[in-house]
Amino acid sequence: MKTTLKTLALASVLACGSFGAQAQISGDTIKIGIITDMSSVYADIDGAGGVEAIRMAIADAKGMAAGKKIELVFADHQNKADVAASKAREWFDTQGLDLLIGGTNSGTSLAMAKVAAEKKKPFISIGAGTSRLTNEECTPYTIHYAYDTVALANGTGAAVTKAGGKSWFFLTADYAFGTSLQADTSAVVTKSGGQVLGAVKHPLNASDFSSFLLQAQSSKAQILGLANAGGDTINAVKAANEFGITKTMKLAGLLMFINDVHSLGLKTTEGMYLTDSWYWNQSPEARAWARRFFEKMKRMPSSLQAADYSAVSHYLKAVEAIKSDDGDKVVAQMKATPINDFYTKGTIRKEDGRGVHDMFLLQVKSAKESTEPWDYFKVVTRIAGDDAFTKLADSKCPLVKK
Amino acid sequence: MPALLGQLLLGLVNGSFYAMLSLGLAVIFGMLNIINFAHGALYMMGAFLAWMGLEYFGVNYWAMLLIAPLIVGAFGLVIERLLLQWLYKLDHLYGLLLTFGLTLVIEGVFRSFFGVGGQPYAAPEALSGATNLGFMILPNYRAWVVVASLVVCLGVWVLIEKTSLGATLRAGTENPKLVQAFGVNVPRLVTLTYAGGVALAGFAGVLAAPILQVNSLMGSNLIIVVFAVVVIGGMGSILGSILTGLGLGIVEGLTKVFYPEASNTVVFVVMALVLLVRPAGLFGKEK
Repeated sequence: MKTTLKTLALASVLACGSFGAQAQISGDTIKIGIITDMSSVYADIDGAGGVEAIRMAIADAKGMAAGKKIELVFADHQNKADVAASKAREWFDTQGLDLLIGGTNSGTSLAMAKVAAEKKKPFISIGAGTSRLTNEECTPYTIHYAYDTVALANGTGAAVTKAGGKSWFFLTADYAFGTSLQADTSAVVTKSGGQVLGAVKHPLNASDFSSFLLQAQSSKAQILGLANAGGDTINAVKAANEFGITKTMKLAGLLMFINDVHSLGLKTTEGMYLTDSWYWNQSPEARAWARRFFEKMKRMPSSLQAADYSAVSHYLKAVEAIKSDDGDKVVAQMKATPINDFYTKGTIRKEDGRGVHDMFLLQVKSAKESTEPWDYFKVVTRIAGDDAFTKLADSKCPLVKK
Repeated sequence: MPALLGQLLLGLVNGSFYAMLSLGLAVIFGMLNIINFAHGALYMMGAFLAWMGLEYFGVNYWAMLLIAPLIVGAFGLVIERLLLQWLYKLDHLYGLLLTFGLTLVIEGVFRSFFGVGGQPYAAPEALSGATNLGFMILPNYRAWVVVASLVVCLGVWVLIEKTSLGATLRAGTENPKLVQAFGVNVPRLVTLTYAGGVALAGFAGVLAAPILQVNSLMGSNLIIVVFAVVVIGGMGSILGSILTGLGLGIVEGLTKVFYPEASNTVVFVVMALVLLVRPAGLFGKEK
């Protein structure tokens, strides 16, 4: 990492010497940076695997776009918004960063989006869930690529309520993402004819969930909505099994990834619903890419890692097409071109930067149904992008003219 | 009210872990004057050893409950002989920095091998299932955790306060030169104390494995709270750390009911209050 930075610092100094040789590509390189959780609760779903996915995208572009070399930098934000923002600022100011990818954790993405907008450079948020990125806090430079809390709510929230889970209680992570997810899911549950009986907020990384779960149980709700992620979801599901809560309540993981199911095992998660933007076994192209990823990382990719690849490829194609890395022009080009790869077929909405594509409602298989390693999900329904994501008419983004 | 009883009991379960870990820290601090920041990492190691034992060698929970603390203790032996023994004469800060560095290394190694999602570890057959206490359903395993940790804590307390070995230990910390003059091998005593202290952490780790997902971060999530417990109880006070550990578990449990958002911070609020009133901690002696 340190040596990468040193090399990059050197490279940018050298680049300054040849300033003006190529007016269209700033700094004579295409510099891509990803700031994500590399070491803590969300490191499995993105982290080093996400960085590797981006490396694969760059390698598939032969390391070049518009005739210039592509470079990659990455950093760990430790789930701290201020760390993410200052790192982003440093890269934009001193390294001539051209594209910023935001990894997991909503708080950090909201902070990075502001910095990127100020620097007029594209910011693609992959791992963050909060729908505020393309609503209240939208910017002309933010693209929210993979999923958001509205899509998750429209998937799991609606499906479970329609299947008879009418009363809900939420176990919510006490930060931007959890609050967003709870609010969005509550809205969907109420709209689908269900009711929300209550919620309890827990701190991030709460390790012991038994106390919160007993509170949930005494609400007598049918469904326990887990508005948290990563290690918190894992420990909550585990404790719910231990305390026999799964006998009286059904669990709905509102943001679960394949890595979480892998960690918990099929025995504890069997039958749970989840919504995701991608599953490695969804199509032959997806499988082929997932195999390549597996060779490198020894684990199957999460939807976020696939989206990291897809987003960077989409960006590089845009740069190649217009032969420029100018923030405004690239964003316009990315929004004008449909996304069509193994990850998804969709578009990036011009008005608010929302990536719109199909989502999948998945159900965890039982151990018997699972035929190979990492064969964990059945696709229950495919939710059309227009139904999954916020409609333009409902957008709270000030850039959307009504 | 019944709901509250349940929460108190759950608080006690968490308190048992705090008590066991802070006990080890207190013993080590009392004897070695080292603030052992690696305690959390060694606790994590204990949990991972339990998991590895079952996964790779088919060794069951009960055997690992003995073996894992021994391995962690042996690891502690190496740490003490190799690194810590050079620091006793220096400021506390050096020991803290060294053990903090060790934590990063140990956690990093486990993270790179096993990721952060963690490994599932099932409770042993005999303790699976739950008992209906009327006011709540208590998983049998959690009841076992409380019993086991109370027995261990009590045992350590008796060993240090009531036996001749304990007396030698305590004398050794008061005046090592004089004790050495009586023919006691003080450095060896200190080494064994460190090994014993971290073995306690390993034991707590095995106990925690079936409750929490076994992952590389489980120690760092806990260690800061445990340090607060030691500070509140009074640095180096054995009984203080046991009682404070259990008490704070309960305080935290109640906070989870009345103001859950603050459940991660309440321990530190208590710490600040205690330090204002009694700078040496609840059970500590003013020097």
